[in-house]
Amino acid sequence: MGANTVTLTDANFNDTISGETPILVDFWAAWCGPCRLIAPILEEMATEYQGKISIGKLNVDENPRISANYDVMSIPTLILFKDGVEKKRIIGARPKHNLVGELTEYLS
Amino acid sequence: MAQEKQGHVTQPTETSNPAATSGKAAATGDPADGSIEDLIIVGSGPAGFTAALYAGRADLSPLVFEGIQAGGQLMITTDVENYPGFPDGILGPELMDRFRKQAERFGARLLAADVTAVDFSSSPYRVWVGADEYRAHAVIIATGASAKWLGVPGEERLTGRGVSACATCDGFFFRDKRIIVVGGGDSAMEEALFLTRFGSRVTVVHRREEFRASAIMAKRVLEHPKIEVIWNATVAEIHGDQSVTGVTLADTVTGEKREMATDAVFVAIGHQPNTSVFKGQLPLDEKGYLILKGDGTTATEVAGVFAAGDVADSRYRQAVSAAGTGCMAAIDAGYYLAGH
Repeated sequence: MGANTVTLTDANFNDTISGETPILVDFWAAWCGPCRLIAPILEEMATEYQGKISIGKLNVDENPRISANYDVMSIPTLILFKDGVEKKRIIGARPKHNLVGELTEYLS
Repeated sequence: MAQEKQGHVTQPTETSNPAATSGKAAATGDPADGSIEDLIIVGSGPAGFTAALYAGRADLSPLVFEGIQAGGQLMITTDVENYPGFPDGILGPELMDRFRKQAERFGARLLAADVTAVDFSSSPYRVWVGADEYRAHAVIIATGASAKWLGVPGEERLTGRGVSACATCDGFFFRDKRIIVVGGGDSAMEEALFLTRFGSRVTVVHRREEFRASAIMAKRVLEHPKIEVIWNATVAEIHGDQSVTGVTLADTVTGEKREMATDAVFVAIGHQPNTSVFKGQLPLDEKGYLILKGDGTTATEVAGVFAAGDVADSRYRQAVSAAGTGCMAAIDAGYYLAGH
């Protein structure tokens, strides 16, 4: 887990996502190949866009309740929350430029 | 969703502008450091990394474009039981980690980027990632293949909400749920068997009356107590609001339609080669696969451009055959560069 990402759990999830600063939550698992592809991209984004958005990591194996609450049925799933509300959902691994493009209104 | 396959054979262009032919914006400036690479390798599955390993050991210092699907199709499999040298099997992603490390050990330089355009009309050949241009005397294409989709109503909308092409990625979310697997080849058998760990019921829907899978895989499926098979049927539509609730099945013999409830649809109907970026630059067959020159090597119609792995192989499509042709391509590229 990188220095600039936040580890989310069923316990701290609601508190962590309800801030004013947007948080992009990565629903992932150790056995998921595509999750491993985007992990370093998210690390980079956490550093590059520090202060604009934060990056949260939620392990779906260990936190099934939150995964089920948000109907996560495929990973990686990235959900952007602002003020506790889901603003955007991206399913599946994407290249960095594509992710940045999708999230541009929250990064500038 | 399912892209239509290229329906015609194209010839390498003499003078065309790659930015125009591929529809991508491309810069015309020099590459960052102005240098010309000996060898660029596009792709990072068993073929790309084996080519990188051999080229690295031949002191060609290859530049490898890994792409976002780094590791290729093995990244979305679990146990690989048929890669020689691993008698107990090995996890697909772990096998690819090993390929990658071995390539890096001998000097392959890896770039996590997707190639967006190429120009093979004149040497040095040019490859773009967005606006960044790279040049090389020789290129090995090992972009592999990707899963095909059904192309039916509901499929795209419900992808990631019950529709999937990757059991090992998404099966976990369907514990004690009803699961349909579409297909009749080895991939479909693997997906169905893997999904029995999770689903309350796994139904394989196949459009013919027998599987084209290998005998051992078909036998495992047919004898599995948790799997049932619906023969001569296709999925005509996928239903669901927030997530998949059912499908419409169409009988391929009578044409009759019927509804079937399910929570998940896993699509395993085969693969298509990742060649859209090479259209107009290299000859493709009617299914979109790169056509080799046919001299027993990995050469394409363009001298100095070679192809390895599934991108030029609709027949074998194995990790070990991809690695084998990756080795061949690196040796072919070495000979080409030495004589050039």
